[in-house]
Amino acid sequence: MSSASDLAIRTRGLRKVFGGKVAVRNLTLEVARGEVFGFLGPNGAGKSTSVKMLLGLVFPTSGEAEILGHPAGDVKTRSKVGFLPEHFRFYDWLTPAELLKLHGRLYGMSHRVLRESVPALLSLVGLTPHRDKRLRDFSKGMLQRIGLAQALLNQPDLIFLDEPTSGLDPFGRRLVRDIIKAQRDRGATVLLNSHLLGEVEITCDRVAFIKDGEVVETRQLDGEYEEQTTVSIRVVNVTAEVVNGLYHWTPSVRCEGERLTLTLPSSSLLPEVVRYLVAKGVDVYEVTPRRLSLEERFLEIVGSDGGL
Amino acid sequence: MGIWIMAGVTFREAARKKMLWMALAAGGAFLTLFGTGLHFQAKDFAVHGMSPVLRREISFAMLTMGLYAVDLLAVLMTILTSVDTLSGEIASGTIQAVATKPVPRWQVLVGKWFGFVGMLTAYIAIMVGGVNAVTYVMAGVTARHLIRGCLLMWMESLVLLSVTFAFATYFSTLTSGVLALGLHGLAFLGGWIEQFGALTQTHRAVNVGVIASVLMPSEALWRRAAFEMQSPLANAMRISPFSTLSVPSMAMVYYAALYLAIALVVAIRSFSQRDL
Repeated sequence: MSSASDLAIRTRGLRKVFGGKVAVRNLTLEVARGEVFGFLGPNGAGKSTSVKMLLGLVFPTSGEAEILGHPAGDVKTRSKVGFLPEHFRFYDWLTPAELLKLHGRLYGMSHRVLRESVPALLSLVGLTPHRDKRLRDFSKGMLQRIGLAQALLNQPDLIFLDEPTSGLDPFGRRLVRDIIKAQRDRGATVLLNSHLLGEVEITCDRVAFIKDGEVVETRQLDGEYEEQTTVSIRVVNVTAEVVNGLYHWTPSVRCEGERLTLTLPSSSLLPEVVRYLVAKGVDVYEVTPRRLSLEERFLEIVGSDGGL
Repeated sequence: MGIWIMAGVTFREAARKKMLWMALAAGGAFLTLFGTGLHFQAKDFAVHGMSPVLRREISFAMLTMGLYAVDLLAVLMTILTSVDTLSGEIASGTIQAVATKPVPRWQVLVGKWFGFVGMLTAYIAIMVGGVNAVTYVMAGVTARHLIRGCLLMWMESLVLLSVTFAFATYFSTLTSGVLALGLHGLAFLGGWIEQFGALTQTHRAVNVGVIASVLMPSEALWRRAAFEMQSPLANAMRISPFSTLSVPSMAMVYYAALYLAIALVVAIRSFSQRDL
């Protein structure tokens, strides 16, 4: 377990009940500093409520939450936090530059710093040509871009992005990916709430699957495959006795003709299994580890009802 | 710092959304109409050769009527302009990007409150000043205790503003507006019941009015303001239709100040403790 100072986010048994409805049941989560962390789950799983509790917008019914080593909602800590809300609504009578200046002032940034950072951010999100338009004339994608710029204004240590690519075209999505990568390179922690699993798979280091307000599973997306792996092995000369021997590693064994399909708890067991087969005189022609895609795992967790 | 940023945003929003300019344009139209009425009145005075005392009293009555209309406009302006600022931003989610900044929520609310106080102060000063200026030019009359009366009307607006803010931290825009106007309506009706009670010396009716003023002291502040501003003769003879038969005491004014402070504290507490 990481020490508290290494953690950007730490929650213990976080729970939120609205009236009689449980929005978040029992959220226990740790996100390390510098991580890009994906928050996945069906509609109504409690993702946005969890993010709001971490930001101090919603007060938990019970449990604890800390961000950057301080209790969630701590006013001073907010100066190190950036947030793009899911339903990005800003004062639409402002121009994008005015909006950034206003939010910069709320962050306590000086006029001098803002004079430099506002044009740079507008350029980063591709809104320089629209700097004099009112936000009420912006498209959804343009609003998403200005929202993103607003979330980056203060060079935050922790950034919450709630569905940042939902209104964006492929160029916009690419831009978000590049921005998240740049933030990670800068050492910032990013919590990404998204339904777009492909985006999450490309962008995140680790993801948590949330269902009914609980973390069902966390999964590392970078580095070696250490978690559950399904393997398809083409074999000749396999006997029932050899197949039974495979139950030593996993209860999930299927043999159909020349095709053996195993689901191993860890991919690190794979060489051991292959050595066993060869030692038993089985001719191994092909070993294909097949990791469950994020989407497959998502659907497995959510179930056929789509989480509704 | 957060307070002044939010106050500035509130002011700028009113200007950008043309609310401020429309209010000033409507105020200009009001003063023009009032001035026209006074002009013809003054002409008739000359034609009928009316006595200076009567002329002065009629001009005072016109002035009080003008101020009464300004008071009604200020009440409506206070509730209508401020009712959406909190509940609307909470409902739309606009508040989320602001409330996650390193500014305590109470500063967000107080900043908005100050923004409206600034606008209402300007509005009341311009309108009360305008009505008095027009009456002075047309008939040579101004309110007896102009500053005191103006401050009481200003305080009435602030009471309503704070109550509207308090409602808006609990309820939707529409509900908050209905509640704030309804509460003022209660005070308004209570004020008239008190006047009639005083006229007919029905003490229980007067008590009904007092209770209504305890529930919402806005109308009582106007009646005290009217008492301060209208002519001494009208006050002494109790002949004015503008509510000076039963004059709210200074204790009621202090109570209204306490009421205002409590409403603001309730708004701050509710906004600071609610989910956004």
